[in-house]
This record gives sequence, C-alpha cells and structure tokens, in this order.
Amino acid sequence: MNERKPTGMTTAEKLVALRTILTKEFLRFIRIWVQTVVPPMVTTALYFAIFGNLIGSQINDIDGQRYMDFIVPGLIMMAVISNSYANVVSSFYGSKFQRAIEEMLVSPMPNYIILLGFISGGVARGLTVGAAVTVVSTFFTDLPVHNLAVSISVVVLTAFLFALGGFINAVYARSFDDISIIPTFILTPLTYLGGVFYSIHMLPPFWQTVSQLNPILYMINAFRFGLLGVSDIDPAVSFVIILAFIGALYVFSLYLLRKGIGIRT
Amino acid sequence: MTAALEIQDLRKTYANGLTALKGIDLTVPKGEFFALLGPNGAGKSTAIGIVSSLINKSGGKVFIFDRDIDTDFAAARRNIGLVPQEFNFNVFEPVVEIVVNQAGYYGIPRREAFDAAEDVLNQLGLWEKRRAQARELSGGMKRRLMIARALIHQPGLLILDEPTAGVDIEIRRSMWEFLTRANEAGTTIILTTHYLEEAESLCRQIAIIDEGRIVEHSAMRDLLARLHEETFVLYLREPLDQLPELGGHDVRLLDNHTLEAAVHRDAKLNELFADLTHAGIEVLSMKNKANRLEEFFMSRLANRNDSQ
Repeated sequence: MNERKPTGMTTAEKLVALRTILTKEFLRFIRIWVQTVVPPMVTTALYFAIFGNLIGSQINDIDGQRYMDFIVPGLIMMAVISNSYANVVSSFYGSKFQRAIEEMLVSPMPNYIILLGFISGGVARGLTVGAAVTVVSTFFTDLPVHNLAVSISVVVLTAFLFALGGFINAVYARSFDDISIIPTFILTPLTYLGGVFYSIHMLPPFWQTVSQLNPILYMINAFRFGLLGVSDIDPAVSFVIILAFIGALYVFSLYLLRKGIGIRT
Repeated sequence: MTAALEIQDLRKTYANGLTALKGIDLTVPKGEFFALLGPNGAGKSTAIGIVSSLINKSGGKVFIFDRDIDTDFAAARRNIGLVPQEFNFNVFEPVVEIVVNQAGYYGIPRREAFDAAEDVLNQLGLWEKRRAQARELSGGMKRRLMIARALIHQPGLLILDEPTAGVDIEIRRSMWEFLTRANEAGTTIILTTHYLEEAESLCRQIAIIDEGRIVEHSAMRDLLARLHEETFVLYLREPLDQLPELGGHDVRLLDNHTLEAAVHRDAKLNELFADLTHAGIEVLSMKNKANRLEEFFMSRLANRNDSQ
C-alpha cells in the first residue's frame, strides 16, 4: 500500500498557499488600519513632540547626535517590534479561538508554509507601521541614513524575529489575557530598557552589563548604526545575535506545529 | 478496488486518559455513501478528526485512496474535504474569501479558485451572499458555506460531521439532494448524523461505533433486513374505549383514537388489518413509530446495556 512515491505540493502550489496566507493577513490589518496603523503614528508623534522636542531640547547631544535624532531609530524599532509581534499573536490566537486554523491544518500545506505565512503577515505589519512611523519622524528630523542596507535588513530581521515570538505566544495562549501578558510585562519593558531613549554608556558599569543581556538592545543599536552611524554595540555582533534568535525560534516554532501543541489534541 | 478510506487498528487515548478509540478497522469503498453512526461520545468525531489530520492518533494507520496520512500526508489531504460539526471559519471574513482562501491553501491560483468558488457557491445557493460576512449568514447558510469550502478543491472523499444539525427541513432536503448529486458524480461521502432517517434514506453502507469500537459494519439493506419487528401507529375513525382481542397481534391502545402495533417482519400487515376490520375498527391513517434504522440503532444500544 505504500509503494507509491509521496507526492507533496509543488513549489508553485506552495507559493500560491504562502501568498494566500500573506494576502489574508495583510488585508486583515489593513481593513482595520485605524486600529493598527494610526495609533503607533499618534503615539510616536507624541514621543517626538514631548521627549524629542520639549524635553530633548534641554538634553545634551548623545554620541554626537541631537537627542531628537538619537531617539528616532529606537522609536521606529519599537513600533516594528510591537506590531510584528501583535499581528501574529492576535491573528494566530484568533484563528485558534474560532477554529479557523483547522482550514489550514486539513490542507496539504507543509507546516513551514503555514508558519512562514503568519510570519510574513507579521513582518508586513511591522514594516507598514515602521514606514508610517518613519514618515511621522520626518516632520521632526531630517532622518539621516548612514547605511541603507543595514537599516533595512535589521528592520526586516527584527520584524521576523518578533513575529516568531508572537507565534509562539499564540500557540501557548489559552485565553485573550494570555496574548497580552508577554507584550505588557516582558516586551514593553525590554524595549524601553533596550536603549530607545538613552545610550547604555550613560548607565553605571553594572547596569551596562545587565543591559547586554537584553536582545532588543542589539536590534535598536544595529538600526541606530544604520541610520546614524553610531551604536553602543558592534553591528556585526547584533546581526549574529538576531540571526541566532531567529534560527532558534524558527526551529522551535516548527517543532510546535509538528507536534500540534495547542492546535491538535 | 481502491478504498476511499481504509482505517487499520486506529487508537486514540487523550492526554486526560480518556480512550476514545480502542482499535477500529474500517474500509469505505470508493464511490460509497457511508453512514458512521453512534451515540454521543462513541468516538465518531475523534475518528473523523484523525482521518482529517485535526487530531493526533495514538496508534494505527489511515489511508486515503491508498495514501498514508503519515508518510504521504499532502496527497492524502488533497483527497479529503471536511465539513466539521462546529463552525470553524473566521466569522468576519466575506463568504467568497473563505472559499477562495481555502482553495489557495491547496495551491489553486486565485483566478481559478474564484471561478470554482462561483460554481460551488451557486450550486449551494450562496452566490448572492458572497460579499456578506460569514457572521451575517443563517445557521443553514453557514453549514452550506462549510460544504462549499470542503468541495472547493474537488476532493474524492467528503466527510460530513452532523451537516444538517439545527437546519430546517426545507434546507436539509436541499442539502440531501446536493449530496446525492455529488455522490452520483463520483464523490465518496461519509456522513455522521443524529437524524437516522437521513442516514437511512441517503447511505448504502453503515458502520456503528460505540465506546471506541466498531460494533456494526454492513450494507444498509442487510442491516435493515435484520430488524425483527416494526412499530406502527394507527389513527382510528371512531373512539375506542377498550381494546378487543385482535388475533394475537401485539397491539396496545395509546389513547381512544390511537393504536400502536408491533409487527414481526415475517407477519403480513393484511392479517392485522383483517382482524381490525373484523373487530369493527376503522383506520384512517398510519405511520411508522420510528424509522427502521432508529429501531435497529436503539435495539443495538439496548443489547449493549443489557450485556453490561
């Protein structure tokens, strides 16, 4: 009975499937753009107006940069991180909650296509909101770009990493409370403590060392290097750390899907 | 001949220790209209969940048109369409998007999928509702939407878990006609239902699952032939206060206008009517008390309870 060769999906079919999930995810957050795209723009504008303009004008330059310019990379990255994470955690958990995830589980799609579909949706939202926040920032700064390739690659990789984080959160979530606990109690503090508003060189030596355990520090600094050419961390180290986290979380996510944890009984 | 579905020694024990399937074997030939029946909690939905890859099995093998769901899962899943018991779509999505996206998950390009969606939604009377969000549909429409979604990739095997639950009789009958046409066009259909009349009128083969085991598996005709009696309800023209002797027939008075008669399958109804006429009792109309499959089903479960 098993003499026939396995016949999986062709590459073209997999691409259709991947594009289907990406389109669905993109339309999902674009349809509710007032809830998904506008709030981070308003929040970031307030950060620029209050911290950058009012308070920042009273603060000395950091690493040779005006305070307003210094906080731009961190604020953009903060929007990218929270939105790529939020998109996947809410979409995948919503699919679990409504059991719509079964539409994909009964299909011939391999697990990695399902995963990449949701992740690409998260990356799409992270980049869309990141672009919107960047536009807002141009009203307050000249937005210099020191290295475009580094800037874009670090944003895309960071969005990818936090989309994976959102996926894992959604797999384990059993209620809507569970999808807000990690963003509120882990992600937001790590982001604020990741050098958005300050250089870790301003901290006492002990807290500088502690800060280096925060992965978000590396992403914000790599992006700051891309835009401003200054960083607390060697950008190469940042890339290695981001890629290592992506590798680990990707493998773990595929393991969760293969075992059906949280989605198959 | 290729079987649409072959299940070998299928077992499932859930994490809480509940053993839902205790090693079932089942073959559904290609082209069959098959009823899988059983009381609540018997293991029907678990079996269907495993076959359609929604539940992990604890042991055994499942083949869809000879394709192993473990080693050749893509080919196996291409050949299954599932209509689950519970609604399982995003209620905020438009009807046509739900169906077209499902096609996309099978690798069908969007334009092709849209044409196929128009065809299947038209057949199920949902094309006019294509732009409505799924939550705006009635219960019957939601069930038909799930059928449309399950058929969009033209599977060889369609599995329906209680497809007509909570659906009014008019829509239920239109769904029966649709499923009959699909079966005549070559789709193998497996149906679970609590409406045994539905199983009796649609299905040619039947399996009964109880407490995680297949306790009956035969052709519907053979199974019904094993019923040793049927019960009829007779409505009388004139009121009757006391039941006269009726030649040994098993008859009882339900009220003064209604009789209930249990008739052995070897007995002739003519003899009962002759004795009723002889006793001066005129019958206006009659009906089966329960449909025949229901009687068999109840007797099967009663035997199980007696033997415990």
